[in-house]
Amino acid sequence: MNFEFSEDQNLLREQARGFLTDNCPTTLVRKVLDTNAGHDADLWRKVVDMGWTATVIPEEFGGLGLSYLELVVIAEELGRACAPIPFSSSVYLATEALLLAGSQAQKEHWLPKLAAGEAIGTFAMAEGAGRTTPKSLTTTVAGGKITGTKVPVPDAGVAQLAVVLARHEGGDGAALYLVELGQSAASVTPVPTLDPTRGHGELKLSGAACEALGTPGQGWALTRRLLDRAAVLFAWEQVGGSEASLEQAREYALGRYAFGRPIASYQAIKHKLANMYVKNTLARSNCYYGAWALNANGPELALAAATARVSATQAYYFASKENIQTHGGMGYTWEFDCQFYYRRAKLLSVNIGSEGLWQDNLITAVEQSNAA
Amino acid sequence: MDFADTQKEAAFREEARTWLKNSVPAAKELAGLDPIRQAKLWQKRKYDAGWACITWPKEFGGRGASAIEQVIWNQEESQYELPGGVFSIGQGMAAPTLMTWATEAAKARFIPKLASGEEIWCQLFSEPAGGSDLAALRTRAVKDGDDWVINGQKIWTSGAHYSDFGILVVRTDPTVPKHKGLTYFYLDMKSPGVEIKPIRQISGEAHFNEVYFTDVRIPDSQRLGAIGQGWQVSLTTLMNERASIGAGGSAVGFDSVFKLAQKVNIDDRPAIENGAVRAKLADWYCQEAGLKYTAYRTLSALSRGAIPGPENSIGKLVGAPKTQDMASFAIDLLEQAGAIRDQSLSGELALYQNAYMSIPGLRIAGGTDEIMANIIAERVLGLPQDVRVDKGIPFNEVPTGSSK
Repeated sequence: MNFEFSEDQNLLREQARGFLTDNCPTTLVRKVLDTNAGHDADLWRKVVDMGWTATVIPEEFGGLGLSYLELVVIAEELGRACAPIPFSSSVYLATEALLLAGSQAQKEHWLPKLAAGEAIGTFAMAEGAGRTTPKSLTTTVAGGKITGTKVPVPDAGVAQLAVVLARHEGGDGAALYLVELGQSAASVTPVPTLDPTRGHGELKLSGAACEALGTPGQGWALTRRLLDRAAVLFAWEQVGGSEASLEQAREYALGRYAFGRPIASYQAIKHKLANMYVKNTLARSNCYYGAWALNANGPELALAAATARVSATQAYYFASKENIQTHGGMGYTWEFDCQFYYRRAKLLSVNIGSEGLWQDNLITAVEQSNAA
Repeated sequence: MDFADTQKEAAFREEARTWLKNSVPAAKELAGLDPIRQAKLWQKRKYDAGWACITWPKEFGGRGASAIEQVIWNQEESQYELPGGVFSIGQGMAAPTLMTWATEAAKARFIPKLASGEEIWCQLFSEPAGGSDLAALRTRAVKDGDDWVINGQKIWTSGAHYSDFGILVVRTDPTVPKHKGLTYFYLDMKSPGVEIKPIRQISGEAHFNEVYFTDVRIPDSQRLGAIGQGWQVSLTTLMNERASIGAGGSAVGFDSVFKLAQKVNIDDRPAIENGAVRAKLADWYCQEAGLKYTAYRTLSALSRGAIPGPENSIGKLVGAPKTQDMASFAIDLLEQAGAIRDQSLSGELALYQNAYMSIPGLRIAGGTDEIMANIIAERVLGLPQDVRVDKGIPFNEVPTGSSK
């Protein structure tokens, strides 16, 4: 047993943190928020140049062939920086979907493009309010053409490729399709969200050309596997943001005086921050196990992923809201940065399914592992 | 990062598993013995075979095993229901303190018998006027020739009535600020002048005692650390206390409550199918897993010989309230019958009802939740201490109150 990252992985973390401190200061996040740009193209290009989008893609498809332990290190740092780029959509979801289920030809076509940032991918699952299930899906495919409305689709406005979940008669009731965006039968309208630093859109498919990814009728099982994998990566982003929220609250509490002493010396604040630390630490530890399970790709993954996801979602929500509270009135102003984490915390927590959905997944995974 | 056993670890696990399988006492071996004799029987058997206190050096009766091997051993031993518990203070707190502060002769005399379970130790720290503010303790020690003469009262002493020895912090100088006037000793619990009175808890049991000292004589050779250095020595004990209390597993946890939720119904369906039940259980699973993996992460530091750090406070701060909430929730799952606290009538041997009544003590013992949060805030996050009105004031000039 060994519960630590390797020296090389720790070096990568330092390098990533340094890079993002220089290239993704909160002023950049603020610029994207103020201009409603949805993402920062310049930062995205630099991140691609760093090779981060290529991390786990095998070398034969133009990637670096590194492990998921490297990718989670990057995820944590992106989360800490609230990076306004489509990394999670393209890397944790679209790339993972292709790695999981793509044919040789599909991989050869898309993975080098995704690795090199020539294409941005996303995953189109939701169709409005409520939990998505095979029965809830209305998007359908007939004669190789896909029709339906997907909303919200993260990063739809900048993506060239969408992995779309559609209804399928037979099998598990669902199928995944690759849809090239930019074709006239696939139109994207921006959708305002809680976190405008990560653009979202409504994707209207009206008989768009598509290509099955994996076997139709096994699309729901594939989606569940894809989301388990993505959940670990999302959780690491969440832990990064949660940690940053605690650091911001701590720094402010030490510098802010009331009644003649730093507010950080009052137990009400100390215990609040201690609580953040406890939640962050448990979430981080669960993420360690999640990272190992993701990398090992064994039967532990479903439970490990749900555990990491639920605890990271809860930790980030708690830290980001209590960070605002610790700042008092200033934390509620547009001028202060607390809002970035508060926005991102909720966005990430619903992007691949809510806390409640993952709590349910967790217990299902326990039931399945007990039955096995 | 690799959570799987290495080859060496797998071999160690197999060795432990095999030995346990052949050596765990059968029920008839334990029948008729009181819990302390049962515990001593099992401890001695482990000691004789080199499976007691396995991370301790061999010279002290241990095995010189690594922290990881300790985890593996705990995992394997916890597969069985075994007598124990009475050694946790001696092995978990007194022994590390002796290892750090005692003379070589004292170590050789006492530590092996702690490992073998032949001698049981207790901890004489808290006092009626010194709980969370432990350093406010008042039991006095006055030098008389080569001895110290002790007068005062200790409280919350687990197992004092069956302990052979005790670790003790007393005030040797009341004219200096409180932390500076303390000195640390160990003593024979059979010393003349030691009087032990059990305290009845809300659970109805009496694990704790009050211990009164009337002109008890302790040789100066039983002092640990310098005169006035007692606070520093206590910190060695306290950090290990938090580690050992935090590490204690409870019968009330995710596995037991999950099974209960499969067994009892809500509206004619198993409770486990209910969304609210699932959500709560998921949260507790996350806390348990988080604590487990946090402990694994601190292992590397322990393997390097570091003493447990303030991070260990998390285990107790999260674990005790979680167990309390789970006991309360399990009682709710039983609906109206949850009120019954009877081994034969309430099912599960009244496990949840008993836990409900005993857990309030766990949230206080070894540092309250609030003190744990302060420790994390101050020693991990580096936040300032609260204002201390007794700071720098000679102990005998500090104001005192009337509540116990």
